[in-house]
Amino acid sequence: MKIRFIDAEAPPASRILENLAAGHGDHPLDRYLKKGRIPHIWCSGCGNGILLTAFVKAMEKGNFDTKKTVVVSGIGCIGRAAGYLDLDTYHTTHGRAIPFATGLKLANPKLNVVVISGDGDLFAIGGNHFIHAARRNVDITLICSNNFNYGMTGGQGGPTTPLESKTTTTPYGCSEHPFNLVYLAKASGAVYVARWTALHTHELRDSIIHSVNKPGFCFVEAITPCPTAHGRRNKLGDGLSMMKSYRDNSVLTTELDPEDTAIGLKGKIAVGEFVNIDKPTFMDMYDECAICRANAPKKSKKS
Amino acid sequence: MPLDAGRREIVLGKVNIISHRCKGCRYCIEFCPSNTLAESEDFNEKGYHPPYVKSDAKCVNCNYCETICPEFAIFVTELEPRNLLSEDVVKTQSRARRRTRRE
Repeated sequence: MKIRFIDAEAPPASRILENLAAGHGDHPLDRYLKKGRIPHIWCSGCGNGILLTAFVKAMEKGNFDTKKTVVVSGIGCIGRAAGYLDLDTYHTTHGRAIPFATGLKLANPKLNVVVISGDGDLFAIGGNHFIHAARRNVDITLICSNNFNYGMTGGQGGPTTPLESKTTTTPYGCSEHPFNLVYLAKASGAVYVARWTALHTHELRDSIIHSVNKPGFCFVEAITPCPTAHGRRNKLGDGLSMMKSYRDNSVLTTELDPEDTAIGLKGKIAVGEFVNIDKPTFMDMYDECAICRANAPKKSKKS
Repeated sequence: MPLDAGRREIVLGKVNIISHRCKGCRYCIEFCPSNTLAESEDFNEKGYHPPYVKSDAKCVNCNYCETICPEFAIFVTELEPRNLLSEDVVKTQSRARRRTRRE
């Protein structure tokens, strides 16, 4: 039972059934989705759908202009998100979502450019693009769905696969040290770094709103369960038991150093906002340094 | 009755389930804070068991099932809120008393 205080001045916040007329389907959020694309291809229990819902909810709550929001995605399971959203979306080649988004932002700085992609796309094939976009502080938002393996191609080990976890290519346990994405993003120079699991839907939504509105390179990592590839081989159970383990193991922290936030196969997951700083973006610096000097009157040699 | 009972209202929600979209992940059933949903015996056209609403009166329109559903298959609409009655006050008090006794 929820008891609410009646505020006479506030407008009624109820979402009534007439709102459905704005969409094309049965669901109120269908107005942000392309017609006829749902149901999506993701497995039962996959967290990518939750991430897509969180993004759509962020668009609804944050009042993002659908004409000025652009979504770029790479290759992978979550790369399909671009195809489902009824915006200007681009499904780019493998690992090249960030260069594409950088070009979009520089060509039209009024756009809100959001990259939704996976850990394999952003950190294995596109790893260099990530660190250099973060170093330049390009004004884009990165949402990474981290499921610890390459889910679409059959569950191979990737750059975020935890030590000793079994994948198709590491049947006796992974022997490589994984990336800690939060630490990597902080070290590369991102101005906003947050990590949430798929269970923290409201925090994820608010982080997406905050990072789209914040100028600079913002990085939101969402840990999503992959019951089909990663969960099944490592005996983590179905999607529901993976989500329950997130509920039991996630630790909300704001003071932990990003260096100590590495994720193991089992064990605690540090979630929260780790970095939130202000820094001039690439376009600001470029306008100040390069364009101002190029337009300045040239000094004549005589005087 | 509390003195400001006239200025309070009880929020009610109605759960709408689009059962042909459901893929049976059971997130909404497990993580519903007020335990409104349960898994049904019936199959949908994909062969999954979609949830059904156990008791409508429990839903408080928190929208968590809508947020956590990966399939856009469930949503909540707000019903007309009702006024705080004396039974609600008694119910809440007795529940709190039971909890303290158990502890």
